[in-house]
Amino acid sequence: MKVRGRKEKMKTKEERVKEEKRGMTLIVRTVTRLMAGLIVLYSIYIILHGHLTPGGGFAGGVIFTAAFVLITLAYGKEEAFARMRESFFHFLESLGGIIFLVTALLGFIAGYFFLNLLPKGKPLALPSAGIIPVCNIGIGIKVGAGLFMVFLALVIIGFADENKGEDKK
Amino acid sequence: MLVLYVLLAFMIVAALVAIETRDLLSSLISLGAVGFALTVVFLLLQAPDLAIVQIVVEILTLVIMIAVIFRTTRIDTTVKDRSLREIVLLCVGLVVLLVFLGGLGTLIFRGLPSFGEPPLRVSEYYLREGLQETGASDLVASIILDYRGYDTLGEAMVLFTAVMGVLAVLRTIGRKKS
Repeated sequence: MKVRGRKEKMKTKEERVKEEKRGMTLIVRTVTRLMAGLIVLYSIYIILHGHLTPGGGFAGGVIFTAAFVLITLAYGKEEAFARMRESFFHFLESLGGIIFLVTALLGFIAGYFFLNLLPKGKPLALPSAGIIPVCNIGIGIKVGAGLFMVFLALVIIGFADENKGEDKK
Repeated sequence: MLVLYVLLAFMIVAALVAIETRDLLSSLISLGAVGFALTVVFLLLQAPDLAIVQIVVEILTLVIMIAVIFRTTRIDTTVKDRSLREIVLLCVGLVVLLVFLGGLGTLIFRGLPSFGEPPLRVSEYYLREGLQETGASDLVASIILDYRGYDTLGEAMVLFTAVMGVLAVLRTIGRKKS
């Protein structure tokens, strides 16, 4: 009885791992397919309107990450990784940081660090406020890519290690 | 204002539940309750920027921690039942704290500025001149990216360093097989 019970336990664990690789149920996948695009669109709205409405680069970047986390959890890591590679996120994070830093350094052309040298434009118009939208876009890209890589490292890479250990045994 | 104080009391109770529960999943749900109550508090204090960030970060951390709990264990073995002695000591500590707050505390806290009236007057300048000087109608954006841009650059570098640290510790490529 005892041995049998242990076998059943092992089986359920294997099944669980398999299920995690495959992702969640059809309902969750369908809802994710419908929602993911809207969430990304909302994050882009939050980033681009950072200087007009509440929100900004950080909030938009985290919402962007949430969309990719949803896809990864719903579809399982293999299917999700077929569409996006990790090196791409490394590139995005560095790109965001460089955009922000270059925008700050450009202030030296006319005076000092972080000088708002672009034309201010009309208040409440989308292209206004000088360097602030540019900085928001840079921070948004950087935060989105960086937090998603942390999520991958904490949730996915740890699992890969575990699976390897089980194979060796 | 009453709603604010009810929410703050709810957050304290939920935080205590999160510490004392033995089931880690219930503990996480209590922690989530603290976070979402904090979101509503930010909204009541008219800080929608913070509320947006708080609600999304709360969801992300909850997802990550629930994934970790499903992978490891649900029962916290370090929490023990309190003995009678510990309960008595806790009550004594609470009484001492209340006496302190009631007697000495009122003297100390009288000198603090009242709620919503910070002693720094620079914020009034930002409210008055921010729109003309930066052209951004969201004053939070104009402060963190124009007046205080240097701070934001440092914060971005902190995040960059944190991501690099996590990836360096948890990476699988290039690690020596032990």
